[in-house]
Amino acid sequence: MSSILIHGGRVIDPAAGLDEWLDVLVVDGRIAEVGVDLAAPDGASLLAASGLVVAPGFIDLHTHLREPGQEHKETIASGARAAARGGFTTICAMPNTEPAMDSAAIIDGVLQRAQDVDCRVLPIGAVSKGREGRELTELAALKDAGAVAVSDDGDAVADTSLARRAFEYLSDIGIPLAEHCEDPAIAQGGVMHDGAVSARLGLRGQPAAAELSIVQRDITLAEAAGSQLHCCHISTEPALQAIADARARGLNVTAEVTPHHLCLTHDAVAGRGDELLYDTDAKVNPPLRTQADVQACIDALAAGIVDAVATDHAPHAAVDKQCEFDAAAFGISGLESAWPVVNSLVDAGRLTLPEAIERLTVGPVRAWSLDRGELNGLGTLKVGAPADLTLLSTDAVSRVEPDSWASMGKNTPLAGHTLVGVVAATVSQGRIVWDGREQ
Amino acid sequence: MVTEPMAQTLTSQPATWQAAQVPFDEPITDWRHRHLLDVDTLSKDEILRILSTASAMAEVLNRSVARTPALRGVTIFNLFYEASTRTRSSFELAGKILGADVINVSGSGSSVEKGESLVETLNTLSAVGADAVVMRHHASGAPWLASRTIDGHVLNAGDGQHAHPTQALLDAYILLQEFGDLSGRKIVIVGDILHSRVARSNLWSLTTLGAELTLVAPRPLLPAALAPGAAEREHPLSLPSVQVESDLDEAMVGADAVMALRIQNERLRGKLLPSSAEFARRYQLTAERVALASPDAIVMHPGPMNEGVEIGVDVAHGPQSRIEAQVSAGLAVRMAVLFLLIRGGS
Amino acid sequence: MMNSMDAPAMDRAVTRIAHEIVERHPDPEPLMLVGMRTRGVPLAERLATRIEGIDERRVPVGAIDISLYRDDLAQRPHARMQPSRIPEDIDGAVIVLVDDVLFTGRSIRAALDALIHYGRPAVIELAVLIDRGHRELPIRADYVGKNIPTQRGDDVRVSLLESDGEDCVGVYEERMARGH
Repeated sequence: MSSILIHGGRVIDPAAGLDEWLDVLVVDGRIAEVGVDLAAPDGASLLAASGLVVAPGFIDLHTHLREPGQEHKETIASGARAAARGGFTTICAMPNTEPAMDSAAIIDGVLQRAQDVDCRVLPIGAVSKGREGRELTELAALKDAGAVAVSDDGDAVADTSLARRAFEYLSDIGIPLAEHCEDPAIAQGGVMHDGAVSARLGLRGQPAAAELSIVQRDITLAEAAGSQLHCCHISTEPALQAIADARARGLNVTAEVTPHHLCLTHDAVAGRGDELLYDTDAKVNPPLRTQADVQACIDALAAGIVDAVATDHAPHAAVDKQCEFDAAAFGISGLESAWPVVNSLVDAGRLTLPEAIERLTVGPVRAWSLDRGELNGLGTLKVGAPADLTLLSTDAVSRVEPDSWASMGKNTPLAGHTLVGVVAATVSQGRIVWDGREQ
Repeated sequence: MVTEPMAQTLTSQPATWQAAQVPFDEPITDWRHRHLLDVDTLSKDEILRILSTASAMAEVLNRSVARTPALRGVTIFNLFYEASTRTRSSFELAGKILGADVINVSGSGSSVEKGESLVETLNTLSAVGADAVVMRHHASGAPWLASRTIDGHVLNAGDGQHAHPTQALLDAYILLQEFGDLSGRKIVIVGDILHSRVARSNLWSLTTLGAELTLVAPRPLLPAALAPGAAEREHPLSLPSVQVESDLDEAMVGADAVMALRIQNERLRGKLLPSSAEFARRYQLTAERVALASPDAIVMHPGPMNEGVEIGVDVAHGPQSRIEAQVSAGLAVRMAVLFLLIRGGS
Repeated sequence: MMNSMDAPAMDRAVTRIAHEIVERHPDPEPLMLVGMRTRGVPLAERLATRIEGIDERRVPVGAIDISLYRDDLAQRPHARMQPSRIPEDIDGAVIVLVDDVLFTGRSIRAALDALIHYGRPAVIELAVLIDRGHRELPIRADYVGKNIPTQRGDDVRVSLLESDGEDCVGVYEERMARGH
C-alpha cells in the first residue's frame, strides 16, 4: 500500500466548489480523504503544501506528442515529463503522427508506449485515413481502442461532404469531432494573421474569416447530425461569438483556447525591438491575432463560453525554426508555460483562481465526458477519484526558460518573458512525478 | 562602353538638391547602419545622404576608366535565390567598379540545390570571409535572418513580398532629380500592391521624403490592412498611412508621378482577377490616363514590364517615361549603398 | 592658436602663385585648374580669376573628390562624398592640382590616382596655400603660398571667405587641437 499525504495546502476543487486549507490523503492511486489535520499512515510520503494551491491535475485536450515518427522533436516519454512539470496529469494526444493515428493498431501502440510515463495519455484518432481528408477512418474501432475524440488537427476536415458524414456517423458513437477550424480555401497558405503586421512584413496572411467559415459550417453540420462539435484552439472574436450563439441555442458545441492566444498578438512575429524579427517561434496555426481577439479569448474563457484551456503543445527541433519564416514549422511548445500564462491572467484580475483551475481540470473533462469508467472523478478531488494532483504557486514570479524544460521542444515566443505562477509539484496516478518545491 | 548613356542620363538632369544636401564643410559623421534591409529605418537625412553619394557615384561612371579602389580587398557575395537580371548585374557591376571582388552564388548550381539550408549557406559564406552579402530571396524576412547569422554586411536585394530597398532608393533618386523636393508632390502607385516589395519599400521612402502617396489596386491585390475600413489602422507596426483609391482615372488627376507595378500573368487567369483584358481596362497606365496627370508628370516602372498589360507601349517609351533612367540610376545608387555600408561606419 | 596668415597675406600668396603659373605656362598652353574638395575648389577659382586678370585667359576649373581613392578607407569612415567635376577632356592638358594644405602627401597621391582615370594629361603640377611638412610620400609642391613649420600632431586649419566667412590660417598645437 503506497500513500502520500499532501498537507497544509489551499485545496481548490472547482467541481465541488471547494476552496479551503486542508490536507489530502492519497492511497493506492486514488484520493482517499480530504480533510483537516489528517494523520499520515505508516510509510506515507509527505508533501508539504504550505503557501501552495492544491488542485486536481490539469487535463490537456490538445497535445502533440510526435511519437511515432518524429521522435527527434518529442517522444511520448519526454512529452509526459513536460506535462508533469506543467501540472498536467492527463494529456490527449493528437493523431498527426507519422503514421497518423488512424487505426486501432496504431492507437494501441501509442497506449502501450504510454503505460509507464509521467502522466496519463489519452489518444485522439484521425477522422480521415492518413489525415488526407478523403476517406473516413473506422471511427467506432478507434473509440473502442481508446480514442476519446477524433480530429484531423493540423488541418480542417476541409471536404464538406466528408465532414457531414463524419458528424452523422459519430452521432451514435459518442465522441466529439475536434475540429481544426481553418478553411484552407480562405487561408490559402497564410503563415500568420492577415492584418497590419502581415501587411508590414510582406507575409502571406490568413484572414480571421478562415476560422469563422469552418466554425459556422461545422455548427450547421453538427446540429443537423445531432453530434458534438469541439472547436480546437479558437483564436478570433467572430468565431467565439458564433460558438456563444450556438451554445445559447443549446447545441453540443464545446471549445478550447490556447495559452498563447490568451497572451500574445501578431506583434510577436515582428518582435519587440526596433529591428524586425520575423520570429519563427511565434509562427503557429491558428496564428496569433489582434489585441481585440486576445481580449475576446480571455472574456470567453472567463464567461465559460470556452470550456478549456488547451496547450496545443507543438514541440519542434531547433532546425525546424532556425530558417526562413515561410519555411519554419508551425507550433509552440506549451505544456511548461501554460500555468504561468493562465495564472498571470488571474494575477491581472481577468478571471478568478477557481475559474482558471476549472478550465484546466473539470472543464475539459466535462467537455469530452472523460470521467467514464476507470476515470470516474477525473478532474476533481472527490474521494475515489484518480490521484492526480498538482501543487501550484500563484505568486512566485518566473522567467520562461525553455532551455531548462523537460520538453524537447524549446520553441516558444514567450522565452525570456516574466510571468507569475509556478508548478511546484505534480502527483500522477498516486506517484510524485514532479517536485520542484523550494526546500 | 555601357556607362556612356547611363552617365548622361544621370548628369543631364538638374542637380540642385544634390548640392543643397551637402553643406560645404559638414563634419564626417559615422554612417550608423550596418545593413540595408529596408528603407523603413532610414531618416530623411540618411536617404538624402545615400542619394547625394549616388550622384557623386554617377559622375564616376562618366570617367574614361570607371574603376576605383574604394572597396579593394573587400569580398562581396551576390546570393540570389530568385532569377534576376537587372538587380544582380547592377550589384555586381557596382561592386566591381568600386574595386571589390564580387562572387555570384545562385539558388541553382550550388549546394542550395542539394538541400543546404539558408543558415548553413550563410555560415559557409561567413567562414570564407564574406565582407558583405547581397541577398535576394523568395521568403519575406530572409535578409533579417541573414543579418543575425553572419558577421558581414547584409544588403537586401529583394525579399519575397516584403522589401526592395535599393529599388525604392533609385526611384527616389529619379523623383528628386525631377522635382528637387518631394514635399507635397502627388505620387500614384498602381497595380499589384499586395505582392509588391517595390511598393512596400516605396511607401516608406516616399512618405519619409514628404510625398503624398495614392495607391490604386483592385481589392484582391491590396493588403487587407490597407483596405478601407480595415481594423487596427493605428497599429504601431502598420505601413504608413496613405490614400487608397480604386479608380485610377480619379487618382491620376494632378499626379506628379505615377508608378505602374509589374503584375504576373498567372494572377490574371481568373483565379485572382478575371482576365488580363479586364485588368488593363481598369488599371493599365494608358496615354489617356497619363494625360489626366500634371503636364510634366513622369512615368515609372520597376521592370520588367508587361507592356500592354499594366502599362501601354506608347507610355512606356514616351517622353514622360523615366523607366530607362531608373535602370541607370540603380547602378549609382547601389554603388553608394555599398560604399556607405562598408566604408561609412567605424 | 597661432594666426599664421591673415587675409592680405593670403591674397598676396594667391596672386603670386597665379603669376608663377602664368610664367611657367603662358597662353596658349592648355591649362586647367583642379581643386581638391573641399577647400582646394574655391582656391582654384581664385587662381583662375587672378590668371584671367594677368593674361585675360579663361582657365577651366574642375573639382576632384578623393573619397574613393584614400588609402585609409578601411581604417576610418570616409563616406561623405561629393561629385567630382572635370569640365573638359584632360588628355594632353596641363593640370595644376590645387589644395589648401600639403601635409603627408597621401591626399595628393589619391587625387593623382583619381585624375588619371579621366585621361592622360601632359603634366600634372601641384599648388598649395600652405606646406606644413611631414611628408610620407615622395611628393612636393610646384607652387607654395607659405611654408609653415609644424609639429606632426598640430592641426593646421585654413579658413576661406567662401566657406568659413573669413580668410586666415590657424595653427593649433597638438594639445589644443585634440579638444576640437
